[in-house]
Amino acid sequence: MPAESDVMWVEPAKLGLFEQLYLPIITDGLTTTVKHLLSIGSRRTESYPEQEPKMPPNYRGVHRLNRDADGRTKCVACYMCATACPAHCIDIVAAPAPAAWKDREKYPETFVIDELRCIYCGMCEEACPVDAIELTTLYDLTGLSREQMIFDKEKLLSVFDQTTKAGTDPVRTSGGALGPASEPK
Amino acid sequence: MPEFDWLTLSIVIFGVIAVVMPTVGYLTLSERKISAWMQDRFGPNRVGPFGLLQPLADGGKFFLKEAPIPRQVDKVFFLIAPAASMCTALVALAVVPWGPTKPPVGPVATINEVGSPAPTADTVEKFEVKQAAYKESFKGVVMPGLDIGILYVFAVGSLAVYGIILGGWASDNKYSLLGCMRSSAQIISYEIPLGMSIVGVLLYTGTLNLEGIIDWQAKNGWFIAFQPLAFLLFMTSVYAECNRLPFDLPEAEQELVGGYLTEYGSLNFGMFMIGEYTHMITTSLLMTVVFCGGWSLFGLENAAGDSVVWGGILKTAIVLAKAGFFLVMYQLVRWTIPRFRFDQLMDLAWKVMIPLSILHLLGAMLVREFGLSNWVLTGISVALFLAAGVAGVVFGKGPRNTPKRRVTVPELAAR
Repeated sequence: MPAESDVMWVEPAKLGLFEQLYLPIITDGLTTTVKHLLSIGSRRTESYPEQEPKMPPNYRGVHRLNRDADGRTKCVACYMCATACPAHCIDIVAAPAPAAWKDREKYPETFVIDELRCIYCGMCEEACPVDAIELTTLYDLTGLSREQMIFDKEKLLSVFDQTTKAGTDPVRTSGGALGPASEPK
Repeated sequence: MPEFDWLTLSIVIFGVIAVVMPTVGYLTLSERKISAWMQDRFGPNRVGPFGLLQPLADGGKFFLKEAPIPRQVDKVFFLIAPAASMCTALVALAVVPWGPTKPPVGPVATINEVGSPAPTADTVEKFEVKQAAYKESFKGVVMPGLDIGILYVFAVGSLAVYGIILGGWASDNKYSLLGCMRSSAQIISYEIPLGMSIVGVLLYTGTLNLEGIIDWQAKNGWFIAFQPLAFLLFMTSVYAECNRLPFDLPEAEQELVGGYLTEYGSLNFGMFMIGEYTHMITTSLLMTVVFCGGWSLFGLENAAGDSVVWGGILKTAIVLAKAGFFLVMYQLVRWTIPRFRFDQLMDLAWKVMIPLSILHLLGAMLVREFGLSNWVLTGISVALFLAAGVAGVVFGKGPRNTPKRRVTVPELAAR
C-alpha cells in the first residue's frame, strides 16, 4: 500500500450491545419497514397508462418546428441545427424564400428529423438562432415502422400545433417575429 | 395405535392440498405486495381487482411455458429434484396440526398401577373406551396420533435439502453447484440448533406427539413464555432451513445468478417455489404448535362451548391466525434484513446458536430436575440471551474480514 498523505484508512465501527443482540436492531428495521407498509398514501409510483406523468417543462422529448405569427415555419434554413447535431439526424433542403416573405432570404423546402437516430440532447434547440426548433415534453413517441419515425416538416409543424393547443408546451420564444437573432441591432 | 379410515383420510388429504396450493399462490402475491408496499410501490395490480388473480396468471404461465432442459444436465436427477423438493415439503405437512386436536391416549402401562405385572381387564377396558373416544373425535391433522411427531417433521423437512442438492448437482453449472453446496452446509449447520431448541420443550411435554405438545401448553401455558430463547433459536434456524432471507445464500441472486435454480424454468421452477412456500407454511404451523400453544388462546378457544363444529372452526381459525402471523413475519423480515455473508452465517450457527441452545437446554434440565417454577426458565432464557450479547461486545473482534475502508480527499474534507 503506497504511503498517501491525503488518504485515511478507516476501521469499521465496533458493534455495541444492541447490535450484538441483533433483536433491537432488527426491531428497529422492522419498525421502519412496517411504517412504510402502513403508510399506503405515500406511494411514489404512478399508475402510468391511467395516470399521465407531469413532465418538467425542460424535458427533451419529440421535436417541433415553431410557427411564427403568420403561421409560417420560423425556420430560416441556416443549417445550424444540422451542424450542431451529434447524431446527424436532421436533414434540411433549403430554398429561396417566396417573394412575399420579406423577413428572410431562405426557408426549408424539406426539414426531416429521424427520430430514431436522434439522441434527444437538445443541441439543435440551443443552436437555432431563431428559436425555430424546440424539444417538447411529448415522451410517448412510438411507431410501427422506421418510416413512421422519420418526421418531415408537416409532421414537425403538426407537433407544434398539437402541443401548443394542448397547452403542455407553450411558445417559449420571447423575441420578435423570428426570434432574438432576427431583431434589428 | 392410529387406524385410518381411507375415505376420511383421502378427503382430508384432498382438502389440505386444496387449501395449501392456493395459499402458496397467494403467499407469492402477498410477498410481492408486501415488498411493494414497503418500498412505497403498488405491487402487482393488473390482473383482477388489486391484482388478486395474479397467482392464477403466474401458475398458468408456469404450465404453458416450455420447460428448457440444458444439454449438459443429468436429465433424470434434473427432473427428480424439483419433485423431491415439493413432495418432501408436502409430506412434512402431514403430521402438523392445523385445527382442533386431542392428545392420543397413552400406553396402558401408564394407566395401570406402577409395578403390576399386566394390565387388568378393567384398565384395558378403560383404555379401550378412551381410545374409542379419541378415534371418534375430529382431529385437525392429516395423520393424527403419530407418536414420532416432531421427529418425523424434522427428518422429512431436512430431506428438502436433497431436492436442492440434486438440482444443483444435476444442473452441471458452477453457480448451481455453489448454491447447492452452500445450501447443504447451511442446512446441516442449522439443523443442530433447530433440534436442540426443541429438546427443552420435549423435556416438559414428555411426548414427541404434536397433539400432546399442544395439550401440555393448553394446560400449563405457552412455551414462548417459558422458553423465549428457544423460540428465538427455533425461528432463526427455521428461517435458515427454508432458505429465506436473511439466510437465502443458496439462491443469492446477486452472487450466484439463482444458485440451484439457475437452470430451471417453467413448472420445474414452479415446483421448487411450491416446495419452498409449503415449507414456510409447515414451519409457521410448527412455530404455532410447538411454542405458541396451537389452538389455545387464553380460554377463548372454549367460547363455542361444547359444539363440535363451531369449536372446531374456532380452533382452526386460531391456529391459522397464529400461523398467518408467522407467515407475514417471514415476509416482513425478508424485506427488512439484508443477507448474511457466508462466514457470518456459519459464525452465527456454530459460535452463537449452538452454544446458546446447549446452555438453554442445560437450564431447562436444571429447572425440570429441581422442580422450579416454569418462570425461572423464562429468566434463564432472557439472561442467556443478554449474556450472549455482552459476550459479543466484550470478546467480539468487530466485523470479521471486513476490509478497511479507503476515504478519499473530498470525504476527508467533509469531516
